Amino acid sequence: MDPAPSGSQTIGPFFHFALTTDEALGCLAGPDAKGERIHLRCRVLDGDGAPVSDAMIELWQADSDGRYNHPEDPRQKSHDPAFRGFGRLATNDEGVSVFETIKPGRVAGLDGALQAPHINLSLFARGLLNRLVTRIYFAGDPANQEDTVLSLAPEDRRDTLLAHPDPQHTGVWRFEVHLCSEHETVFFDV
Amino acid sequence: MNAYKRPDPAGQPVLQHDRYRSTIRRAPSKPLIVLPHTLTERTGPLFNHDAMGETDHDLTRQHPGEPQGERIIVAGRVIDDNGRSVRHTLVEICQTNAAGRYLHAKDNHPAPLDPNFTGGGRAMTDENGCYRFVTIKPGAYPWRNHINAWRPAHIHFSLFGPAFVTRLITQMYFPGDPLIPLDPVLESIPDEKARQRLVSRFDLDLTEPEWALGYRFDIVLRGRGSTPFEE
Ligand SMILES: [Fe+2]
Repeated sequence: MDPAPSGSQTIGPFFHFALTTDEALGCLAGPDAKGERIHLRCRVLDGDGAPVSDAMIELWQADSDGRYNHPEDPRQKSHDPAFRGFGRLATNDEGVSVFETIKPGRVAGLDGALQAPHINLSLFARGLLNRLVTRIYFAGDPANQEDTVLSLAPEDRRDTLLAHPDPQHTGVWRFEVHLCSEHETVFFDV
Repeated sequence: MNAYKRPDPAGQPVLQHDRYRSTIRRAPSKPLIVLPHTLTERTGPLFNHDAMGETDHDLTRQHPGEPQGERIIVAGRVIDDNGRSVRHTLVEICQTNAAGRYLHAKDNHPAPLDPNFTGGGRAMTDENGCYRFVTIKPGAYPWRNHINAWRPAHIHFSLFGPAFVTRLITQMYFPGDPLIPLDPVLESIPDEKARQRLVSRFDLDLTEPEWALGYRFDIVLRGRGSTPFEE
């Protein structure tokens, strides 16, 4: 009989000295990375609207042309070598992590059509016995209309998957993760 | 390429597990949406042996002096649920010192810090999926979940595997710990056998004479199924 996958357990509140010591992981894109450079401000709030200041956020995204540096991607060979695609930060006292990256390109979906630009987000924290997975899309992108994953989310909750441009700061996008509430973010079972 | 299999829910924690109080205002209250495995989910960050420092896997050698406590070896094999080795994948650990104290400003358990122990480690699995750490046996610690609540001694394990889908953070426990049956965190996994798989085994073969006891902890990540697409 095949073994079953090990059970997930919480990261707990005290992981910083071991898992988030490398602040360079807040930047997914080296100085030479191609594409539109953005800052992505992710904020996490619990069911009472209080900031979650003891979480760890990980991001995974394609480069500006929708390629991953991974053997599963048929276009791996031409990926942007200055782009890492992976980021990891702890949230601060305001429940915020700010990542520097580039806007991802479009990646092929299962039906052959291109997906809208998106970033996968994993959230780990005390009280989360398994990570929570969501996707960040970019508000106003016309490709959102035809994205098959976005359309899986109930229509009235779809906007929880959108990052919005910060009206005060060009190049800054804001994304809020709401845990366990009326406005709860759509989380995915991967 | 084939999608990854979905694990049996009995072997994974119930997210809203009221006896673990922090889940109440944090765990999702609405059903999760099943995400198909597109290229984004079937890829993931890959790490390199070159990025490992010489003492990353040996938590007893990260400072000028030796840490207090019981030196132990923790080793095992990472496979997928098809039984295949998960090679060259990053394994990270995070733990308290021997006294049950985390090196963290917000940990106010009145137990001593150890200037010679940080509690973080990293290793890559080899071509057979094997990893090995040298560390100090962590201590149990109190937490405020309920009156007289104590976590069993544990080591947090973080693994990536080959894809976004295979990411796992779990905890390793120690055999014979009387706190295990009382722990609301481990208890959140419904299946008893799945809970037991998070308890390491004492292993005389891993044990080094005149040096350190060995504990074996094998980890299973998700593997691919036989169908190319899923509903
Ligand atoms: Fe812990």
